[in-house]
Amino acid sequence: MTIPTIRRADVCAVALAEIFRGDGEILANPIGTTPMVGGRLARATFEPDLMMTDSEAALIADDVAYGWGDDKVLETWNPYRRMFDIVWGGRRHVVMTPVQIDPYGNMNFSAIGGTPEQPKVQLLGFRGGPGNTINHTTSYWIPNHNAKTFVESVDVVCGVGYDRAAALGPTSSRFHEIRRVVTNLCVIDFATEDRRMRLASVHPEVTVGEVVEATGFDLVIPDSVPVTRLPSDDEIRLLDEVIDPEGRRLREVPEP
Amino acid sequence: MTAMADKRCTADDVVARLESGMTIGIGGWGARRKPMSIVRAILRSDLTDLTVASFGGPDVGMLCAAGKVTKVVFAFVSLDTIPLEPHFRAARQSGAVAAEEYDEGQFLLALQAAAWRVPFLPTRVGLGSDVGAHNPRLATVTSPFPGPGGLPAEELIAVPALELDAALVHYNVGDARGNAAFTGPDQYFDDLMLEAAPTGGRFVSVERIVPTAELRASAGCDHRLRINRMMVDGVVEAPNGAHPTSCDPDYGTDEAAIAAYAATAKSAEAWDSYRQEWLTLPDETAYQSKLRATREGRS
Repeated sequence: MTIPTIRRADVCAVALAEIFRGDGEILANPIGTTPMVGGRLARATFEPDLMMTDSEAALIADDVAYGWGDDKVLETWNPYRRMFDIVWGGRRHVVMTPVQIDPYGNMNFSAIGGTPEQPKVQLLGFRGGPGNTINHTTSYWIPNHNAKTFVESVDVVCGVGYDRAAALGPTSSRFHEIRRVVTNLCVIDFATEDRRMRLASVHPEVTVGEVVEATGFDLVIPDSVPVTRLPSDDEIRLLDEVIDPEGRRLREVPEP
Repeated sequence: MTAMADKRCTADDVVARLESGMTIGIGGWGARRKPMSIVRAILRSDLTDLTVASFGGPDVGMLCAAGKVTKVVFAFVSLDTIPLEPHFRAARQSGAVAAEEYDEGQFLLALQAAAWRVPFLPTRVGLGSDVGAHNPRLATVTSPFPGPGGLPAEELIAVPALELDAALVHYNVGDARGNAAFTGPDQYFDDLMLEAAPTGGRFVSVERIVPTAELRASAGCDHRLRINRMMVDGVVEAPNGAHPTSCDPDYGTDEAAIAAYAATAKSAEAWDSYRQEWLTLPDETAYQSKLRATREGRS
């Protein structure tokens, strides 16, 4: 008898699906390979009313996570300019991937080091980070959990964290929510009094010590850390046969 | 009877109407529907000291690498499949170009404010982030109205109007008078770019020019007739003019050409040799001929 192995990428996909639980009829906008797979999984199972993009100018009903053909099922036209209407109207939950993130969820993917006039490493720029985080729910995906990404202080705040949001006061911060950070090792939330990152669960076969070592600051560690929810047989079938038949998530999150 | 304005011109005519030191808005998005035939004409010219405002792609990278740019106004600069534009990065990291950074939604508001001739537009976007620290043009403004639910009045970010001296965009089809339609999936921000620029500085290149009576049929749908002649001073017929960027549905991105261009950021020699080979040809016709010959050689 073979013992079925739990693939780490599937655990990550399920954890990324779980961030959308309860979101209802909004735009689920997970950016990146495994987030796209996770978002599709949420819609195909427990959040059927989510709307999702084709990464271009349409919202589509297809369950497959990428590579749609001309027969994709369009629900609506959503060019870039229309996206801002959704962002500023708040009916969106985005998943972005930081280059740096700090204990309160301030996020950077703009530049590293140097000065605003002359960065040491120019990355993407601010993109939509400031607008997303101040207007609607945000989560983060970090496919390679390490101490260079989880830092005490980020070089440029592109995405607003809880301490910065609190400093703005209740009016300006009323739409701000960083729901979760999902990595290849664990799930992190902000369920602490001062909204500092807390280890919410570790993926199967990951130890708390491993997470602590890969994080460049002190995470809040509860007395008992649960294991991330395992994929069901139905979820694994959906992932393998419908949502990600090419297994792109398995390439992004290789087995440890 | 007075004749209707015929705004047809060449990319070099457009460049002759630009000046060094101008702030130029370039349409498209990343590696999508960039007015590259006009960008190539700028690269051939002696224009310099430009401020370029763009949802940036290889337009920004090439102009930076060629030393044409003093400042880039941007929220991102990307080649799509190659997420970071290497020539733009090199220019930023060497300190060769200054930056005016925005969130991409702020960028939209900056163009819209200029188009509507108001000094700024208010938004929540930017509160709490470092974008204001990086861009001193951004200010804060307190709402004159009470806050929600008895809370204090909101403080918002005031995004100043981004007034352009010229705007360059590429569309699929147009007429000689300056009406034009996009037939791909996205209009991007091209119409706003044109509206943020003054009369005399607004140029659209198109894949093909058709008689006005055929414009609607060529567009395939009324809603795609997004640019009208009040917004345009010059029309350039430029088949394949967005190359190497995409112009859906006429053609996709030439990924091999994008990759070859990106690879030239490795060394000054590689860029010089690329520029010599592709960007010093006498005109756009020569560029397109060389491109066809290269493709035939490949196949």
